[in-house]
Amino acid sequence: MVRSNKPILWLPFAAGGLVAALIIPVLILITGILMPVGIVPLPYEKVAAFAHNPLGKLILFGVVAFPAWHAAHRLRMTAHDLGLGGGVAIKVICYGSAWVLIAATVAALIMV
Amino acid sequence: MSRRPYVRKVNRSWWLGQRRYVAYMIRELTSVFVGLYCGLLVLGLVRLAQGHAAWDGFLAALSSPVGVLFQVVCLAFAAYHSVTWFALTPKAMPLEVRGEPVPPGAIIGMHYGAWAVVSLIVLIAAGI
Repeated sequence: MVRSNKPILWLPFAAGGLVAALIIPVLILITGILMPVGIVPLPYEKVAAFAHNPLGKLILFGVVAFPAWHAAHRLRMTAHDLGLGGGVAIKVICYGSAWVLIAATVAALIMV
Repeated sequence: MSRRPYVRKVNRSWWLGQRRYVAYMIRELTSVFVGLYCGLLVLGLVRLAQGHAAWDGFLAALSSPVGVLFQVVCLAFAAYHSVTWFALTPKAMPLEVRGEPVPPGAIIGMHYGAWAVVSLIVLIAAGI
């Protein structure tokens, strides 16, 4: 019997959907509105200190990796709905970009 | 043996006919903006790792008219994702407490509560 790989794809998708729903809007509010108008300045020292902290690294990784995977999986499914599914190209483009983002996040968190 | 599954032709504009299908497609489209904003966050982390000057340049780019406009559009789609995601949680994750099903409104309400708490924590941590 061929085992389905669906749970492996689906669990981070669901986690990503929840993480994105809970935290992405407030992050955009901060970086896109509150920071530009000067209410939340996001100074380098403070943000770098957060990224140096192991717990901070874990949070930053989760905040990027899960929603990125969620977006990739959802885009692939939507491509399927539009009759673009089935091929390897869509999979490579969607999951590939998610992996590039995840790898870049890990690299940045190690170097910071 | 080569496997050649039958792939049915799909009319790419099938979803344009009905409002609920359009709403579905907009919901799915939110993933594009969630993905793009994730990309922006990753760029920010890379710039942070590059040092003080790179980080300040990143903040300046975020504060530019294009940066703000892009993020306001992302915010609209991200909020739409939150609302639609919470709305489907009772269907995707039905809960039972002592054998009794939890009413859908309560499950959705708990998610909105969590949304408020998480947002508040992030705002305080960011130094509002």
